Amino acid sequence: MNTIPLYDKRTGNKAGQSCCYPQAQTCCIQPDQKDKTMEMPSKQFNKKPSWISDIILTSAGQVPVVVSAWSRSDLLGRIRARIGSFRMHYSIPPGLYAIGKPDANSDVFVSANYKLSFDILRRELEGINGWILVLDTKSINVWCAAGKGTFGTDELVRQIAGTNLAGIVSHRRIIVPQLGAVGVKASEVKNRTGFSVLFGPVEAKDIREYIRLNYKASVKMRMADFSLMKRIELIPVELNPALKKYPFAAIIILLLFGLEPSGIIFRTSWIEGWPFLLLALAGIFTGAFATPVLLSVIPFRSFALKGTITGLIAGIPLVYFTSMFSNDSGMLKAAGIVFITVLSSYLALQFTGATTFTGISGVKKEIKFALPLFIAGLTASLIFIIIHKLNIWGVI
Amino acid sequence: MTYLRKVTTLNYNPQRCTGCGRCVEVCPRNVFEMRDKKAVITDKDRCLECGACALNCDFSAISVNASAGCAAAVIRGMLTGTEPVCGCGDNSGKVACC
Ligand code: SF4
Ligand code: SF4
Repeated sequence: MNTIPLYDKRTGNKAGQSCCYPQAQTCCIQPDQKDKTMEMPSKQFNKKPSWISDIILTSAGQVPVVVSAWSRSDLLGRIRARIGSFRMHYSIPPGLYAIGKPDANSDVFVSANYKLSFDILRRELEGINGWILVLDTKSINVWCAAGKGTFGTDELVRQIAGTNLAGIVSHRRIIVPQLGAVGVKASEVKNRTGFSVLFGPVEAKDIREYIRLNYKASVKMRMADFSLMKRIELIPVELNPALKKYPFAAIIILLLFGLEPSGIIFRTSWIEGWPFLLLALAGIFTGAFATPVLLSVIPFRSFALKGTITGLIAGIPLVYFTSMFSNDSGMLKAAGIVFITVLSSYLALQFTGATTFTGISGVKKEIKFALPLFIAGLTASLIFIIIHKLNIWGVI
Repeated sequence: MTYLRKVTTLNYNPQRCTGCGRCVEVCPRNVFEMRDKKAVITDKDRCLECGACALNCDFSAISVNASAGCAAAVIRGMLTGTEPVCGCGDNSGKVACC
C-alpha cells in the first residue's frame, strides 16, 4: 500500500461530537504548523501514490495526472475514514491535478483536500479530460469546510493565483460543487481572478449529467438529500464518541450502586448496577443508531422527541417486561425509564449536527426546551435511586 | 424531511431582487424559485440556514443568521452562559463543530 506523505503534521485535536455532511468527520484541526501548501502537489510526494499515473508539464510547472479508478488502498481508506479511525489525516496536497488528457479548453473542477471528497470526484470524472483544483480545506469535506470558510472565496482565489490557472486554461470558468457556495462568493471570485464560478451539482455523481445539460443543475441535482444510506454512513460520527464515553458512565453507575453505609461494595454495585449498564447501552443504541436510521418514520419534527419515543419503546419493555428489575422496587424501575429516555433523547438531538436539514435556530429552540428537562430527568433518576438505597438501608 | 417550523432566520426583501437567479442556484434545500424574473420563497421552513443564498446575492436582498453550530456547542454555551462557539482551530479550541 502506498503511503501518501502528509504535507503537514497536525496537532489533531480530539474533538468529540461532530458534524457534517456528506463525508462527516470530526473537524477541529489546529492551523498548519508549516505552510507548504503553495508548492505544486507533484513536489510533495516522496513516493508516487497509486492514484497518480503520470506527471505532465504545463506552462505553470509539473502537474500530477490522477487515475479515476480506485485501488484497493483507496477503498480501504474510504472504509477506515468512514469508521473514523484516521479521518483527520486523510488528506492530499492541495493544488492542481489533471485527469485524462486535459488541454487549455478543459473544464476545471474544484475540490477539497479531504481525500474521500477528492476520490469520489475523480471516480465520477472517468473518461473526462479536465483539471482538478484542490483547495486546502485542512482535510475536511466541502460542506463542512465551506461552513467554516476554509473552502471559501479567499482560498479559491489563492489557489487560482498560486497554480497559475489562468496560464494553463484559456477559458475563464471553474466548476465549484454547489455546497461550496456556503463559503464561496461567486461575484467576488470573478472580480478578483476573472474566473466565473459555475456551481455544479451537490453530488459528484451528477457531474456528467450536469455537463450534458450544458452546465445546468436540475432541481434534483441541487438538493442535498438525506437518504437512508447517508444516515447510515453518518452513524459512526455519533456512535463512536458515545461509546467512548460509555466506560466512564459505567464506572459512575457502578460506584453509585456500590455505595453502602460500610463503603463501596463491589457485589452490590454489580447486582444492582448491571441493569443500568444495559439500559445505558440500549439508550445509546436507540438515540445514536435507531433514531437516525428510522428518522423519517418516527413521528414529530423535533429530534429530542424522536429520541424520547425510541428510548421509551426500548425502555418500557426492558424495564417492565424482562426480569432485569424483577426484584426491584418501583423506584428503581422509574429511575431506569427516565434514564434511558433522557440518554436516547439527548443523543438523538446530537444527530442534528450531522443532518442536512436542521438549521441552528431550530436546534437552539429544541435545546432551550429540552435541556432543563434533561437535567430534571437525570436529577429525578438520581433521587429515585437514592430513595431506593435509603429504603434498603432501612433509613426510611 | 423538514425540521421545526417557523424558526429560520431567513429574510428576503423582494424589492432589492434583480432576478439574477443566484439564490436558486446555490440553495441546497430548494427554498427559492424564479417567478416573473423575481425570486420567491417557496417553502421557508425547508431552509437550514446555511447562508449560501445571502452570501451570493450581490444585491443584499437576502439575509440569514448563518452561524454554524451543533447541539453540543449550543448546550455548552447555555450551561456556561456564553455564546455557542462552534467552530474550530484558531480561537475556539475545544469545541467540535459544524
Ligand atoms: S440572488 Fe438576490 S438578486 Fe439574485 S435572484 Fe436571488 S434574491 Fe434576487
Ligand atoms: S440559508 Fe441555505 S437553505 Fe436557507 S434559503 Fe439560503 S441557501 Fe437555502
